[in-house]
Parts: sequence; structure tokens; C-alpha cells
Amino acid sequence: MEKVKSLEDLKKLRQEALEKRTAKAMSGQKEIIVGMGTVGIAAGARETLKAILEYIEKENLTDIVVRQTGNIGLDSYEPIVQVVIGDQPKVSYGHVTPEVARRIMKEHVVGGVALKENRIEG
Amino acid sequence: MRELTLHLLDLAANSISALSQNISIEVVEDTISDRLCMSVKDDGKGMDAEMVSKVVDPFVTTRTTRKVGLGIPLLKAAAEACNGSFKIESEPGAGTFVKAEFQRSHIDRMPLGDLAATFLTLLIGTPDVHWTFRYKVNEREFLFDDRPVKKELGDIPLSEPLVINFLRVYLSDGINSIRPQDYM
Repeated sequence: MEKVKSLEDLKKLRQEALEKRTAKAMSGQKEIIVGMGTVGIAAGARETLKAILEYIEKENLTDIVVRQTGNIGLDSYEPIVQVVIGDQPKVSYGHVTPEVARRIMKEHVVGGVALKENRIEG
Repeated sequence: MRELTLHLLDLAANSISALSQNISIEVVEDTISDRLCMSVKDDGKGMDAEMVSKVVDPFVTTRTTRKVGLGIPLLKAAAEACNGSFKIESEPGAGTFVKAEFQRSHIDRMPLGDLAATFLTLLIGTPDVHWTFRYKVNEREFLFDDRPVKKELGDIPLSEPLVINFLRVYLSDGINSIRPQDYM
């Protein structure tokens, strides 16, 4: 069981995070967008986003932007996750369960190779 | 929706769509009076009286991609089915307050669900909003205001692994420490 965190811990943490960030070259912004409209939420988008955050935490991945957005407009594909790496075109995935999300993180966001499965064209 | 916290997430998504800068979420459980009350308050663009009266109707929504919005009508029906109540107060330009109350022990009441994950995903997924979370069980409460955290972090994003870890543990410890034993 981890010790209860206090706001005091943040000062130390900020220093550590700063060192990690500057040590790393700013190589192409990585952005992950999760659709969190009513349909996405009902389809499990919270668990998908939670799995992404846990992956970032577990694998200690810095410089990744995670954000949520409203309805993307492709209800039957929810939960939807979009990945943008540097100036490459946005890649959209549908039916992203926590398991698929971990694969996207591992193979696409870290490995640089987009998944063939779960892709939404267009 | 299978959990009350998913409804909270849905209400918060409405507040975000309404371009709110400050959003407060409250969940209050009272085991003595047997009530569970949850609410979302924002300072977004708000709605006029006509829109408020329509918003609980399943055939009204502001979205353009699909014509039917079901989040609020479903929550209202769920609250009313549990000997509870539902209300929306809104004013154009001032914001919206949505509150749903349930008989806590009612057999049909949905479980609260993962409150910590709900707060965490909102906080990290929408960092531009100022979030306040309050969870109260009888006389004990857990209050989280993201301002001191963001001030301390400065330009370090909330999605950095160390920060995610901090927030995840901080929120779940705070919530679990006051969660009722008969929790559902």
C-alpha cells in the first residue's frame, strides 16, 4: 500500500518531473484523445482512458498529452481513441477496450507503428 | 449507464461542452437519513427556461451529429424511480446546476461506481477547467481543489507519469478513507 500523498510531495515531484523532461529531447508531440460524450461514456470510455493513464504511469512515459473530447460523431464505434504523433495525420480507433488501448499505447504511441485492427477510416 | 459516477461523467461532459471554466462535483451520502445526493455546478453558458424544460425531454439535444440526447432523462428517471428527485437550475451566461437525489438503500439504486477514476479522468483529460470535487459521507468529507496542485506544478502537465501517480493515489486514498463500510 502506497503512503498517503500530501501536497508537500508535489514540490519534490515537480523537481523530478522537470529533470526527466529536460533530459529528453522534445521529439514530436504525442497526443491521445478519448471521446467522452454520452455514448462514449456508456460504452466504457472511462475505463479506456483509465487504462491509458495507467499505462503512462506504469511505463513512465513522459511528454504525452492526454485529453478528452465530446462526441466525435461515430456512435457505433465508441469508445473512440485518436492518436496524433508530431505532424503525422491523426489515426482514429474504434471499439477501444482497455486491452485495445494498451496495445495502441505499446505499438503505436511507443513503438511508432499504427495498429491495423480497430482502425476507423476517414 | 450502470453506475452513478458514469452519469456524473456525462453531466461533467455537458458542463465542458457549455465552455465552463469552473466545475464543481459533489457526492453526499447520508447513511442516517438514507439519502445519496450528487450534483454538478458549472459557470458555462447556461440555458434559458425553455431549454431547461426541454432538456429533460429525450427528444431535445444541442448536438448536431445525432438528434436524441438521453443522458439527463435517464438520470432523472433513475432518481425518481428510487424515491428521489431531480432538478436543474440554469441561467444563460451564468451557468447550470444539476442535482439528483436517491434513497440510498433503494433496491433499484445504481451503485455509485468508481468515483476516484471519474475524478482522475476528468482532471487529467480536461486540464483547462478548474475542478472542485467534494465527497461527503455523514460528517466526514474529502475535498479536492485542483488549484494548489496546478499552481505547484507550474508548466508540468498533469499527464506526466509522476503526476498521474500522485493524483491517482491522492484521490483514491481520500475517497476510500471515508467510504462507508456497506459500500455499494
